[in-house]
Amino acid sequence: MPRLTVDDLRGSPGRRRRELAIRLLFAAAASLSLLVSLLIVVSLVGEATRFITQVDLPLLFERGWFPRRELFGLPTIVAGTLAVAAVAMLVAAPLGLGTAVFLAEYASPRVRRTVKPLLEILAGIPSVVLGYFALQVISPTVVDPVCMGPTDPYTLGAAGIAVGILITPLIASVAEDAMYAVPGSLREASYGLGARKRTTSLRVVFPAAISGIVAALILGVSRAVGETMVVAIAAGGLGGSLFTVNPCGPGQTMTAAMTALATGSDRARGSDLAFPSLFFVGLLLFAMTLALNVVADRFVRRFRIRY
Amino acid sequence: MTTPRAEALTGADLVRRAISGQRSDPWSRVFEALLGLAVIVSLGVLAWLLAVVFVNGTSTLVERGLDFFTAPATSQAGRAGVAQGIIGSLYLMAFVAVIAFPLGVGAAIYLEEYSRDTRFSRLVNTVVRNLAGVPSIVYGLLGLAVFVVALRDVVGANASGRSLIAGGLTMAILVLPIVIITTAESLRAVPTAIREAAFGVGATRWEVVRSHVLPYAAPGILTGTILSMARAFGETAPLILVGAVVGTFNVRNETVWDQLQGRYTALPTIIYDWARKPGDFAGNTYAAIIVLLVALLLVNALAIVLRSRFERRW
Repeated sequence: MPRLTVDDLRGSPGRRRRELAIRLLFAAAASLSLLVSLLIVVSLVGEATRFITQVDLPLLFERGWFPRRELFGLPTIVAGTLAVAAVAMLVAAPLGLGTAVFLAEYASPRVRRTVKPLLEILAGIPSVVLGYFALQVISPTVVDPVCMGPTDPYTLGAAGIAVGILITPLIASVAEDAMYAVPGSLREASYGLGARKRTTSLRVVFPAAISGIVAALILGVSRAVGETMVVAIAAGGLGGSLFTVNPCGPGQTMTAAMTALATGSDRARGSDLAFPSLFFVGLLLFAMTLALNVVADRFVRRFRIRY
Repeated sequence: MTTPRAEALTGADLVRRAISGQRSDPWSRVFEALLGLAVIVSLGVLAWLLAVVFVNGTSTLVERGLDFFTAPATSQAGRAGVAQGIIGSLYLMAFVAVIAFPLGVGAAIYLEEYSRDTRFSRLVNTVVRNLAGVPSIVYGLLGLAVFVVALRDVVGANASGRSLIAGGLTMAILVLPIVIITTAESLRAVPTAIREAAFGVGATRWEVVRSHVLPYAAPGILTGTILSMARAFGETAPLILVGAVVGTFNVRNETVWDQLQGRYTALPTIIYDWARKPGDFAGNTYAAIIVLLVALLLVNALAIVLRSRFERRW
């Protein structure tokens, strides 16, 4: 009887070659995502440096954003972005967290099964649609009464409310996951001490899930900062804007400034610096959202490890 | 029932009352009402939005009928239609399906089946997770710098780089991380025992993946891919940056290749254009939104049907 060697078990060379080829093909596909992120960083940094080396630096801190007139007041668009994000969080934090507590602690399985898909539908509404809704409906029916009197139809507030609606399902789903992951024994211990359901939810489950809840809020801010179409349609300030954080008036955000630079007949014209300024703003936006996402990821990990 | 006076209570009564608790606690009621309100407001906004869209858009849709779907975008509200947008969006979906799907599934197979938990796979996993969180407009910048400007002559010289190819490639790259993440999740859900059984009878890695892992993971992969296409279908911001036409343009009878290298628009881009126009375009905008939402609904329904039809529980 011939002895069995390792070579016999290794299979035919053709089969091994095919295996190797397929493996390399898959590895190449996986490496592509590394390439994409590298390209993002290279293309952003390249044009952004061109901008920063050519622009008159004091112009970056003017109180107004009018790229056609070479006025690149970064504080203006950063403040506009933060104003929209703040209004969005005022709407989305109570709605999202309330929905999360309701789904995780109070809702019966049947209600959960109906509410969660409906929230997914809300999350799937394209942002152009919400932008138009903000302009046509939210601005006259919500912003006007709150601001006491008719306002410009384009307001930072209307855009902020619509962005808040957009990120509510995200906050609700991440926060609910965190609260759902809190072990039942903690709730039982709380009830065993005679606590009410409200006390158990607020004093036991909420603190136990706090890292996931913080992560949900940070992710919400990150999405609000990067949201484009709602602000491009509803916030106004197409050509540019003076420094403002007033939610009752029009304003300019980083993302809206980018779409404004890219659309219209004047995209080819304008100053030579308008094109690279687009990439500089993009790099700033990329850095902000990346930092927020990394921090949120830390928090998510913390609650996953604990339970 | 009357409450006995305190001094008349016996010890047993006190204990009974203490553990049964006060039945009505006003703050609990308020808390529950607030939670219910949060849910009702969130879902109410959805209902409000859908109602406004359908009330304002149906009449235009009924009035114009088929014409709305076959007419090109023009500057007159009464004659403008979404034909170019639908064609453009379908092309973009084709790009996503042909490019992002194989690359994303291939990458996920490598990460989950070939090199799980190596230094390389951990790096790629981190990068992919962060890419999924990058705002879509930043992908538009990538497309602008790489496809429109750097590859101008390759993707469409006539449109000075702002061609359908550039838009399609940008969209494909945008959804790639989502396809990788959902595929990896479906692969992870396939029990290890399935793989071990196949390895045990001498199958190679690729044979295990092809004949055992992929068939079981297929419904999840398919659903994830379809949902990522739905996401791309509603996406507008990156298209605006890579130069989808916001406005009107002429279409000639062209070959497919000419179309790919030429100017284009997409359904959400048309909505954005009309949304910025004054009054008489409101009906058109709402009608186009209805078309977009119904298309998305169909795509999502397809995903749900596929999932429930092929789903398998372990």
